[in-house]
Amino acid sequence: MKNQTKITAERGVQELFITREFEAPRELVFKAFSDPDLLVQWLSPCEMTLKIDYMDSRTGGSYRFINSNAQGQEFCFNGVIHEVLEPERLIRTFEFEGLPERGHVVLETATFEALPANRTKLVIQSVFRSVADRDGIISSGMEYGVNDAHKLLDELLEQLVKQPV
Amino acid sequence: MRRDVFQAVADPTRRQIINLVAQQTLTPNGVADRFDVSRQAISKHIQILAECSIISMKQQGRERYCYVQPRNLEEVADWLDDFRKLWENRLDKLDELLVKLHGKTDNNDKTE
Repeated sequence: MKNQTKITAERGVQELFITREFEAPRELVFKAFSDPDLLVQWLSPCEMTLKIDYMDSRTGGSYRFINSNAQGQEFCFNGVIHEVLEPERLIRTFEFEGLPERGHVVLETATFEALPANRTKLVIQSVFRSVADRDGIISSGMEYGVNDAHKLLDELLEQLVKQPV
Repeated sequence: MRRDVFQAVADPTRRQIINLVAQQTLTPNGVADRFDVSRQAISKHIQILAECSIISMKQQGRERYCYVQPRNLEEVADWLDDFRKLWENRLDKLDELLVKLHGKTDNNDKTE
């Protein structure tokens, strides 16, 4: 069975957690997060194209990513990289540039825990400035025009379900 | 104590109560008759569901009836789903990438 993606977002608090296990050693999972050439291959939602404007992947570095959809709409986000502690922890800030006002910054901490049999547990904690900020990013789908991506994914899943096993 | 949609659906008996009341309008006793637990326990669950705004009580004549507030339930269904799908999609891709990279490393080990 496929590894499950778990989102934990308790009501009324300013944080959320994304948890997932991988069938790969943590050095590799860490690399997929910190190496721009690898990051670009998985970070964008399915029908979006991710372009890295810049990414200085070290403690004190910064980054800016541009997601664009088929209609040419761009969704940009940027942040600074607080800590790169290979292979166990990455801390960075995240700000979506499409919001009406600046300053709604998210603090993200990704931890990579080594599990037996060369497996890895990833936990991403995102801390928001307010509960409203967090709920906004969860429910509006504004993070990179995600609604279209879900539609495509739903269609795909529907087809998969219809196929005989 | 927390009173929100998540609290409401966290308990299996409460989920059964929601399903039941969604299909037919019942009094609290009518609900309790369909469960093997005590009336007090069911009454407590209904109270929690009411406090979570999932069930509302309406007085009709001498009886009070339970109604489901479907809009508030939709909230729980939608709330994390899209966000989870976004991350699932993304991390599935990462998964595939890791398998590819890990496979390569294994092959290298063999040839060395």
